[in-house]
Amino acid sequence: MRNAICTFCGNACDDIEFDGFVGKNLCPLGEAKFSAKQRIEGPVVNGERVSYEEAIDRAVEILVNAKRPLLYGFASTVNEAIRLGVILAEKLGGIYDQCSSVCHAPSTLAMIEEGIPGGTLGQAKNRADVVVFWGCNPVEAHPRHPSRYSVMAKGFLTKGRQYRHVIVVDVRKTATAYLATEFYQVKPGYDYAIFSALRSIINGHEDAVPDEVGGVSREKLKEFADILVNGKYGVIFYGLGLTHTRGSDRSVENLVKLVQTLNRHTRYIIQPMRGHFNVVGASAVAAWEAGYEYAIDFSRGHSRFFPSEFTAVEALIRRDCDAALIIASDPAAHFPKRAVERLTEIPVIQIDPHPNITTLIADIVIPSALVGIEAEGTIYRMDGIPLRVKKFKETEYWSDYEILKLMLDKVIRLKGE
Amino acid sequence: MVDVIVITGRTTEQGVSIDEKLTDEYTKAVALCEMNEEDMKAINVKEGDRVKVKTDSGEVVLFAKKAVIKDLELPEGVVFIPMGPYANQVVGRSNGSGTPQFKGIRGSVEATHENIKPVEELLKVVK
Amino acid sequence: MALQIKNGIVVDPKNGISGEKMDIFIKDGKIVEEVKKNCRVIDATGKLVVAGGIDLHAHIAGCKINTGRAMRPEEMRFVRRKSNGLRAAVGRTLLTSPAIGYEYAKMGYTTAVDPATPSLYVIHTHEELDSIPIIDKATLPLFGNWHQVMRYSADKDIEKLKSFVAWVLERTKGYGVKLVNPGGVEAWMYGGNVHTLDDAVPGFGVTPREIITSLIAAVEELNLPHSAHIHCNNLGMPGNYETTMETIKLAKGFENRDRQVLHVTHVQFNAYTGSSWRDIGSGAEEIAKLVNRIESVTIDMGQPIFGHATTMTADCPWQFELHKLAKAKWCNRDIELETGGGIVPYVYRAKNAVNSVQWATGLELGLLVDADKIAISTDYPNGGPFNSYPYIATLLMSKKFRDEEMKKAHPYIEKATSLPSIDAERTIEDIVKMTRVTPARVLGMKNKGHLGTGADGDVAVYDINPMDYNSSNFQAILKALKNPLYTIKSGEIVVKDGDVVSEVWGRTYWVDVRDKTTTELIERDLEEYFNYYTVNRENYGVEERWLQNPLRVMAG
Repeated sequence: MRNAICTFCGNACDDIEFDGFVGKNLCPLGEAKFSAKQRIEGPVVNGERVSYEEAIDRAVEILVNAKRPLLYGFASTVNEAIRLGVILAEKLGGIYDQCSSVCHAPSTLAMIEEGIPGGTLGQAKNRADVVVFWGCNPVEAHPRHPSRYSVMAKGFLTKGRQYRHVIVVDVRKTATAYLATEFYQVKPGYDYAIFSALRSIINGHEDAVPDEVGGVSREKLKEFADILVNGKYGVIFYGLGLTHTRGSDRSVENLVKLVQTLNRHTRYIIQPMRGHFNVVGASAVAAWEAGYEYAIDFSRGHSRFFPSEFTAVEALIRRDCDAALIIASDPAAHFPKRAVERLTEIPVIQIDPHPNITTLIADIVIPSALVGIEAEGTIYRMDGIPLRVKKFKETEYWSDYEILKLMLDKVIRLKGE
Repeated sequence: MVDVIVITGRTTEQGVSIDEKLTDEYTKAVALCEMNEEDMKAINVKEGDRVKVKTDSGEVVLFAKKAVIKDLELPEGVVFIPMGPYANQVVGRSNGSGTPQFKGIRGSVEATHENIKPVEELLKVVK
Repeated sequence: MALQIKNGIVVDPKNGISGEKMDIFIKDGKIVEEVKKNCRVIDATGKLVVAGGIDLHAHIAGCKINTGRAMRPEEMRFVRRKSNGLRAAVGRTLLTSPAIGYEYAKMGYTTAVDPATPSLYVIHTHEELDSIPIIDKATLPLFGNWHQVMRYSADKDIEKLKSFVAWVLERTKGYGVKLVNPGGVEAWMYGGNVHTLDDAVPGFGVTPREIITSLIAAVEELNLPHSAHIHCNNLGMPGNYETTMETIKLAKGFENRDRQVLHVTHVQFNAYTGSSWRDIGSGAEEIAKLVNRIESVTIDMGQPIFGHATTMTADCPWQFELHKLAKAKWCNRDIELETGGGIVPYVYRAKNAVNSVQWATGLELGLLVDADKIAISTDYPNGGPFNSYPYIATLLMSKKFRDEEMKKAHPYIEKATSLPSIDAERTIEDIVKMTRVTPARVLGMKNKGHLGTGADGDVAVYDINPMDYNSSNFQAILKALKNPLYTIKSGEIVVKDGDVVSEVWGRTYWVDVRDKTTTELIERDLEEYFNYYTVNRENYGVEERWLQNPLRVMAG
């Protein structure tokens, strides 16, 4: 298979060659994704092997009898399955939430306040002469990002590394910092203040900036602002270093305002470094089907959005849901302890190709085909560009789409609508 | 004991073993506390010794790991834990945004002889 | 099962029927002469029976409207329908996909065309189109700032351009050729814009005039069902009507027996006189005269509706201006090698002089341009919601209603527009043309917009008698148009008494003209060009089998 699409990170590299065993053009993360490893053998209900149909029957029974089931995950499956997940949540009167709520949801909140001046990754490749990585570490989280899209990419106007000024801003000297022309080390939690300082300098209010902000001297900040303003076309990539730390959505909002300011002088875009290969799809599909990207409650028969109440973590900690359907995700590994505690108390249904930590607490486990290897469908890269991942291996496993389709049909039949 | 700011995040090792969470490789990749050399000296631990990280949200025992480049990689008073079930024992709640605070959590680190808990025990599987 | 719509008063201008009592039969989704047995009968005695409405320009799907939704949760608190039987539907002016299908059906519309998709994002556009229930749909890819188009236009190489257009339409499953601020979006990549038809596009040595005429030439030689469809340069700016007039005149060099050669869209936004926001006025009268005179041009209104709207367009430089002007949040997306897009929320205020001029300008166009040459539109959601079409139609039909509504607007319109002095009232037949016949002809959809044998079984029945109504009783007209007694899609009753009763799934039209040219001409260019994309050529575009219900149209 040529031009296969890697289904690991938000880069969604689409130049993978794969012969069924060995892949070419893969980074270490992609190589791990494509290599053979432990699978869930078959559908299991309370420790007992059953057929797909029976597992789905039992799952539907739990979901229909729950007062407010939580449907969570979706970032590592295809849009076609996500769409069914949203409709299923609507029909069940449950909650739809997806992995954004523990990563880039603050970016959505910032967008709600100020919008996002963005662009495609090809703009970084073809035009960018200034590239900034702020609170992100692509070398470890999106390994081929620098070579395919940003630092070393050969574009038609910006022809390679030597034509780019690369800036890394982080609290620690990450692997990515070694690629940088400039590295600014900042104190944890001071991003907001630094954005404000840069905005002040660019707006001509340098005198308002104190001698040092967040561990960076005013002189250094001036130098930084100069590099930004002198770029003809700049791209600022940012990561969880902003969304997971003090200030969170407000920091991203301030970054957006910095970019708005920069666009009054030259051209700049920003791009969040999205993690899973289809976390963008898990937002987008929910937006067109239900009007919101995440943290959606359907208990009143229509969609409502309220991040501090309807995200999976908050709903679990508040004990607001009494059953959970987890698809293509591992909340038991990635949620704070108190949210996981609630998961251990309620019936959990898991759909996933691999056994993971959620498997240990699930009552019903339904294995699924590997997206992009055994199942096809549409996914959105970190910049929203849609790609069709391929199926090139036959399998006995059902796809997420097939499992959710049967679930939805049964729910509609049981609910009589 | 030293006061620290805890940050959590992705690493290559964590990413490579993410689909094989029930293996030793994964535990090795994520039950880590990366620290500045000075902080390690202050609590008298060496690479591979066990440390206990405490925050308002909880505590967890991890292997200490020395940051390769002093100060630049991790300044004194900052520790890094790869994302995963161990890190999540100490991460904070959201401040209303719905997204938990996974980075910049105030806490402390001390040397310990307690064992690293297996994942199953972290989950306190009651079922 | 077949359907008989009995004793209605049919208005079907394309077939020369202007208010005759007759029966309409539908079988297997198409209008037929007669059905004798096994026929469900709808009694439409004394009611208006017309073809299903067609919206030729509404941003109903794709990354623009969806980014708008994500950016504006405040829009989604308006609950239209709970999930009982059908889908839940929410949205004030920005609607979810299920709500879009339902709202069109609820005003008797059965077809809508998304007028601007970046080809690189076209899979997304089709996914959303496939999530809109009931209506038939299509999408127009954006060409006006595509590097390859600008290169071929600079080289005056129409053969290569034809080959490229055919390649794009096949890859995107697109329906026609859309241009938005040709050249201006490329200039925006370094913060600029183009301001006349003869400004050079930075880096390409080509002008908007050359891009437009080259694309018209390519579309005409390929004989696509729909003509080039243009959003003119200088949108939104005072004085821009001159650029619009010049653009319209570009159509003079071309001819087509069946349809226009240039469709100029949402003309209201491009029809201003004046040199600043202080002396802005309406250029609608002059534009109307020109459009009525030139055979080969059609337009649509782009009527703004007082209240909330969300502007979204590939015209990035204008969106940045609007962001500064309205001090509103701003989304932008620069799209590699092809185009861009911007989104800014906006409110049209009746008390605002400029907004009132915009409102009046749209209506002037709707009253002064021949009904054969103009379609009703709001450029959804730029001017406002599409479900205000009944309101627009009623304004055009009733002078009394206009007078009432004008009282709410800023008095500056008396000075700056001719609307107060226009006494004309559109007839029901005119409205049927502006919402059915004209858009169908503009789009080249021969089976739509009429009720002749073989036409699509898309019918709307309204509670108004076209032979006997009173234009000053505008409340009755508005109520009738807003609440069709029936909307029938492909022979299925989808709306009864103004509410959705069942869901069907429409088709997606796309145009295949590969047999009129060969990709060999541009093969080497494509190979080179894909070095600069971040997507491989093999992964670019949409396969027909990925679409739910595609309908391939071969050009004539």
